[in-house]
This record gives sequence, structure tokens and C-alpha cells, in this order.
Amino acid sequence: MQESELPEGRLREAARSSRIGAPILAVEGVSLSFGGVRALADVSFDVREHEIRAIIGPNGAGKSSMLNVINGVYHPQQGTIRYLGRTHHDMDSHEVAQSGIARTFQNLALFKGMTVLENIMTGRTLKMRSSLLLQALRIGPALREEIEHRTVVENIIDFLEIQAYRKTPVGRLPYGLQKRVDLARALAMEPRVLLLDEPMAGMNVEEKQDMCRFILDVNDQFGTTIVLIEHDMSVVMDISDRVVVLDYGKKIGDGTPDEVRANQAVIEAYLGVSH
Amino acid sequence: MLYRENGQFKSSYAADLQMLPIAQDRWLMLALVLFAFVAVPFLVSDYLFLSILIPFLILTLAAIGLNLLVGYCGQISIGHAAFMAVGAYAAYNLVLRLPQLNFLIVLLLAGLIAAAMGMLFGIPSLRIKGLYLAVATLAAQFFTDWMFARVKWFTNYSSSGSVSTAAVELFGWTIDTPVKKYLFLLAVLIVFTLIAKNLVRGRIGREWMAMRDMDVAAEVIGIRPVYAKLTAFGISAFYCAVAGALWGFVHLGSWEPLAFSLTLSLNLLFMIIIGGMGSLLGCYFGAAFIVVLPIFLDQAPLWLGIGISTATASHLALMIFGALIVFFLIVEPHGLARLWAIGKEKLRLWPFPH
Amino acid sequence: MRKNWPVLLLISFLLVGLALPLATKASPPGFYIEVLLGGLMAGVLYSLVAMGFALIFKASGVFNFAQGAMVLFAALAVARLSEAMPLGVAVVLAFAIMVVLAWLIERLVLRPLVNQEGVALLMATLGVTYFLDGFGQTVWGSDIYKIELGIAKEPVMILDNVFQGGILVNKEDFVAALVAALLVTALSIFFQKTSTGRALRAVADDHQAAQSIGIPLNRIWVIVWSIAGLVALVAGILWGAKLGVQFSVSQVALKALPVVILGGFTSVNGAIIGGLIIGVGEKMAEVFLGPVMVKMFDLAGGGIENWFAYVLALLFLLVRPEGLFGEKHIDRV
Repeated sequence: MQESELPEGRLREAARSSRIGAPILAVEGVSLSFGGVRALADVSFDVREHEIRAIIGPNGAGKSSMLNVINGVYHPQQGTIRYLGRTHHDMDSHEVAQSGIARTFQNLALFKGMTVLENIMTGRTLKMRSSLLLQALRIGPALREEIEHRTVVENIIDFLEIQAYRKTPVGRLPYGLQKRVDLARALAMEPRVLLLDEPMAGMNVEEKQDMCRFILDVNDQFGTTIVLIEHDMSVVMDISDRVVVLDYGKKIGDGTPDEVRANQAVIEAYLGVSH
Repeated sequence: MLYRENGQFKSSYAADLQMLPIAQDRWLMLALVLFAFVAVPFLVSDYLFLSILIPFLILTLAAIGLNLLVGYCGQISIGHAAFMAVGAYAAYNLVLRLPQLNFLIVLLLAGLIAAAMGMLFGIPSLRIKGLYLAVATLAAQFFTDWMFARVKWFTNYSSSGSVSTAAVELFGWTIDTPVKKYLFLLAVLIVFTLIAKNLVRGRIGREWMAMRDMDVAAEVIGIRPVYAKLTAFGISAFYCAVAGALWGFVHLGSWEPLAFSLTLSLNLLFMIIIGGMGSLLGCYFGAAFIVVLPIFLDQAPLWLGIGISTATASHLALMIFGALIVFFLIVEPHGLARLWAIGKEKLRLWPFPH
Repeated sequence: MRKNWPVLLLISFLLVGLALPLATKASPPGFYIEVLLGGLMAGVLYSLVAMGFALIFKASGVFNFAQGAMVLFAALAVARLSEAMPLGVAVVLAFAIMVVLAWLIERLVLRPLVNQEGVALLMATLGVTYFLDGFGQTVWGSDIYKIELGIAKEPVMILDNVFQGGILVNKEDFVAALVAALLVTALSIFFQKTSTGRALRAVADDHQAAQSIGIPLNRIWVIVWSIAGLVALVAGILWGAKLGVQFSVSQVALKALPVVILGGFTSVNGAIIGGLIIGVGEKMAEVFLGPVMVKMFDLAGGGIENWFAYVLALLFLLVRPEGLFGEKHIDRV
């Protein structure tokens, strides 16, 4: 049975759709190539505040590249990105981070030489202001800051239920837990928009359920807008408000999960067309 | 059963954030420091001070400097003795031309000058990394070699190219005997180690390590690569400069530009490889190793009753050196510090096997 | 094209510097050409060492800091062996030793470290350098030895009807240049025409793809290292004949670094061009720029050639890190 058919599911949907606001992020006509390879071709879509927006598509469709463009890791040859009312031709990673966009990575990108706690604390770096000298002496404001931000990080650790691992070097954790640390680090930035790149890849059913719960909780409790790349269709259909479908770098579908599911072009992209 | 954290619960983050959260560690450290300050002066001969302990203390300081850059921030430098040279010559010129300055201020200023230079030579790291950066740091090494050898102002127009200094005077003390030198250097090293420890476990340390581990992700989190890298270069140069000044003033007394050559740079690098990159304790281990090894190789044949010439001994030293570097890189890339940590973990479980 | 202007600026700067002594008549043209030729010859020797670097890096991605030590080891081997046997035999024997050495290095040092990043490998080869340094001196002795190639050592005066005073050229240098050119041609042919050469290029492009079509990686690497050993031998003989054989790591190994920076780590042709640029640049700077700087800054002597190559490399790194002929990387996340 679909979640949306259950009474609780319908209530939840109603609650969510009443919260969804105006578009906060929009990509317009973005094209990206590497040498001769076209990663993205004239892609446009928007993301509304507080919604959960999924980006789906077959492998190599350009989904991660799209997130990289939003983050400022890649610079598109054409197109613009509108965020918080300002238009950019390409994004500067630092500015992006400062203005409240955080992300997780498909291949984790955790800092292998540090513990879980330290990894998540790096997410707080933008909010830590004390000078080098004070850090060197570790007195006064510097020490207070460390404790303050440690408290925030501990709350996130509680939220994601990884307390037992906080002093473990991340390299030693199983994959599912590493993904949670990746998410925790992104959350530590207190973002307005959270970009999740295949957060459930390689997880079993229980881990996926946990991760779904976390994502929904983040969206519910903190109102964070979520842009989510995901392959698992049931997850996408269940938790997203709207879906964008990419194939070979082009957008071939955009709408609610039900609309997209019925879209002929999407079906063909996934199942192939007999010629 | 000795080394356990049982019963040591922390009830505040502040307590958990202490430098040495385990009580046994704190006691051990206290005992060690007391021993170093109080007992060692009576137990150790002058020869040992001059040939082992004093070089060890100064080289540890330099190794900490290099380790901050290479081990924590992940930038390579094979020319770091250049900054030691800058520190030594800056201190020399400051003492010469502004003799009224307190020596600690001299060290501070020398460090700042080197920090500025460090940041300058760190600029290439913004565009290049790894081997390419290594070559850029070589440029720093050879250029400063040349500069201090040729630009006569630095050596006060000395005809031989070498400079000499008087004993350091500090707060009315003249630091001329081996014991006084040892105590002074020990105090300086402890202070600088504490500062390094604070930096490393604070925000900047995490930014450095993030840059080392995955710089793209670090940028996405909001870490500024420029800031992280240049502070690493600057602070690292500062430490090496202070070490260089101490090397020249306290250890050598007089020196020529070759005292800070590529050999010293490579020695520093080997210290942190063998000791453990990314570990302050490793700097101590590595420096001790590098200082003791040549002496050991000199003396060992005598103990074993085999006579070999000094030339052969030095060749043998080179061979063993080279072999050890390769050995450590293959077997334990995290150096002696990792072996120490593994030992500690085993000790926590002792007498149980796991 | 926009991005190329810093490189062009740097190159034009160098060309201007090159032309200045002639333009300002600061030196007689004959002397200028002598210095130029001397620089080119030194450059050829650098190139030979750098070629070994580039070969190994190209095929295995390893930066062999120990190449310089290998050159010297080879030279020492030839020098000492030729005291006891004819030169030809000594060379062959030395080559055999170099191949064994290359194989040992690959087996004992590089293979265990194959998964670590470049810096660890750099340091490992540094360790190998130290080891070879000590080992070489233990085995072959630490005096200065000679290699007699049977070429007259007196310089020859040429073109004295064109330039006043003529130009002094060393026959040995000519032979060195000739040999280098032959070696490069031979290597080119090897890489382009033979199947082993093609296999080497395949490995250089993509280890895994090469393996998947059945190219035996380890054997290829031994071949590469042996070729590098051969190049090292040639460089060692030529260098040793010219300067006498003695150990000084800075001189040989390190100078090759700026050369591959300029030329590009993966390009054998780049190693040649880079070597020539460095050789000429160094000599020119020492002879012409040196006195100017001494006067301007009241310096105690020249010695510019100690750092010129590195600073030039540094400048190139800032504008064109991949070198003149190297390949660019793209970092994917």
C-alpha cells in the first residue's frame, strides 16, 4: 500500500504541502561539458523552500554533476543559478557554504584521518570565529567556542544515533555509519538547503528506513530544504514532494512523484525503448 | 590492569576536551616533566647534553614545525631548513643591530619574519601539490642558501661568510653551561609543544587536516584553502625559525650558511616520517631517532669489538638511514607514534589479549 | 587561449634575457656562443638524467628521486670496472648490474608502496638515494674516478674566421650531444614501432585497461626500469667522462627535477627541451646576469646557477604546472 493512501500518510502530505514555500533555488539553462563530454544540457528546474526534491535518472545522467554545479565544484559553461534572489553564473564554494547550502557526497569524502567527532566539528568551521592567537592559547573565547560548538555537534550525534562511535576514526566504521557521519557533517553547517548525493546507496533495508526517517526528521524539525539524488524508487516516491528526471544530461520529467511515474519519456529512459 | 579508563567519567565537555583526559596519562606526563627538569640535570654528563639532548630538543621543535605543515596540513616541503636559516640570520641581525631587545622578543620577531616568508613561499601550494610543490620548496631552499651566502649584509660583511654569537642573556641569566642551555631549551620546547597541541585540536587544526584528507570536500564545507594553507606555512615557518635561531645561538655558537642546507631539510623530513606524520609525539620520537642513530652507529662497532673506519661508518649510516626510511614507509607509514599508540592500546587491555 | 598569456609572458621574458647580452654588446659574440654552447651541452646531460625520470613516471606514475643516484652508481660501476677490464666489457657488466638494481628497487620498494600517494613514493625513492649513496661508496669507494672514453679532452677552436677569437668547443660535449640524440631517436622508434614499446605506452595511459588486455604489468615495469637504468648508464658515462665521477646528490638528481617540471613529467621530449632550457638559462644567468647582480647588490660572488633552475621551475609551476609538454589532470569528485 502506498504511504499516500494511508490516513497518516495523507495527513503528513497535507502538513508538508502546507509548509512548502516559494522557490529558493533555481537552475536555468545550465549546460556543462568536460572536453567533449556533455554532462548537462540546458537543464532548468527550481526547488521550493522546505520541500524534498528528488533528482533521479539512469547512471551517468548528470545528477551528481548537477549538485556539483550548485556547490561550485564545477562551473557550467552556460546557464545561471538563482539562489536567495541572487543570480550567479557560477557558484563560489565558500560563498555557497556560507549562504547555507550543505551537501553529502556519493563517495563519502569524509576526512579519513580524523574521528567522527572531529569530522562533524569541521562542519562548524564557518561558525567559529576566534582568532589564531586565542586558539593557540586556548583560553577565553576560543575555549568557550569549542565547548559551545561541541554541544551542537553532540546534539546532532544524538539525533543521528551515532553516540557510541564519536571517538572512532571514521575509516574504521562500516559504510552505513560513515554515511551517517557524512550527513551529520552537512547538518552541522545548519544549512537551509541540503544536497544529498545518493544517501542510501549500499544500505540494507533497515539502514534505508533509518536514513529516510532522519531525512524526514531534518525536513520536519528544521525545515531544511532537501535536494536528493536517489536510485531507490520506493524511497523517492515515498518521501519526495517533487521529482526531476535527468537522462543523458537533459531534463525529461519534472513534477510530483505520481506525475513523473506516469511520464512516458521517463519510463522509456529507465526501461529502454524497442526500436 | 593499570592503564584503564574505568571510573573516569567526564561530566562536562570541557572535561572531555582536556589535553590528557586519562588520569594515568596526566600523572605520567607530570612525572616525566618533573624528571626532565629536576632529575636529569644531575644525572646526565655534559657530553650527553651537548651531543644528544640539546640537539634533540631543538630538532624536535623544528620537526613540530615541519609536521604541522606536512603531517597535519598535507603540504609537502623538502626545503624547510630555509626557514631555520631565516630564523637564525634574522635573530643574529636583530641581536647585532638592536642589542637592547630581550632575547625572547628576538625569537618572536625572527619567527614573524620567517612566517611572512613562509607564507610567500607557500603561495605555490595554492595551485600545485605533491611533487610539484616539493620542487617549489626546493627553490626556497636553494635561494635562501644563496642569499645568506652572498648578500653580505646578512653576515655583517664577514670575510669568511660565517657568523658567531655570544651566549644568550635572558633576564640577567647567561645561558652558557650545558645544563642552563638544556633547561632553557626544555622550557621553550614545552611551551611551543603546548601551543602546537592547542592549534592542532582547535578549529585551525581541523581545517588543516581537512585540507590534507580531502580538499574538495573541505572547500564545500566552507574552509578557505588559501587561509588554511598559508597559515600552515606561516606557523610552520615560525616554529622552524625559532628552532633555527636556537640552533645557531644555543647549540652551534657560530655557523656558516651550509649549516642549514638541504641535508638538514631532508633530515627534518625523515624525522617526521620515522616519528609519525600528523603526530606531535612522533616529532619527539623522530628527532630522538635521528640524533641518536649516528652516534649509535659510531659506537656500536666499538661495543661489538669490530673495528671500522669512520668513513665506512658514515657510509653505513647512510645505507641504514635509507633502508629505514623505506622500511617505515612500507611497514608503518604512520611511524613510531603509531607503534606507540598500538602499544598503549595493548596496554589498556593487558593482561587480556583483546 | 586566455589562460596561456602567463606562459607566453614567461617565455618572452626568457627570450629577452637570452638576447640581452648580444643586444647590449655586453660581450663579444664569439664568447656568447661559447657560453650558449656550454649551456646546451650541460643541458644535454641534464636531459639524459631527466629522461630516466620521465620514462619511469610515464610508465608507472612513480617519481624516481633515486634516478640521480642510479646515474652515479652506474658511472662508478663503469669507472671502477674499467680499471680491471676493457671499457666495452665494463659497460655491459655495468648495464647488467643496473638492470638487477632496477629490478630490486621495483620489487622491494615500489611494489609494496604502490597504493600510497606520490609523496610517500617520493620519500621512499629519497630513502633509496641515501641507500645507494652509502652502498655505492662502500662498494666502489669514495674517491674521484675517471672514465676514459678515448676522446681528446682538449677543446677545439672552430669558426675563428667568422667570430673574432673563434669558439672553443669540447669534443666530448659533441659526442655527448650526439649520443643523446641517438638515444632519443632509438627510444622514439622503440616506443612507436615495437610491440613492447606500445605495451609500455598502454601501461602509461591506464594500468588497469592494459592489464585487462593481458599486458603483464610487472614485467613491463621491469623493462621500463631497465631502460631507465640504461639511460642512467649512458648519462653516467658521459657525465663521468666529462667531470669525473663523484657523489654529490644535489648536483645531479635534484637538477633533473626542474627539468621535468619545465618539460612535463610524462614527456621524454619535454625532458630534452627542459634540459636544454635549464642548461642554457643557468649558464647565461651565471655568466651574464651574475656580474650584474654582484654589482647591483654588492654580493660576495656569483653562484646564481645554484638556484636559477629551481626558481625558473617555480615560475613555470605557477603558470603552467603540467610543463610544456605534459598532460593536464582533471580532478573529478
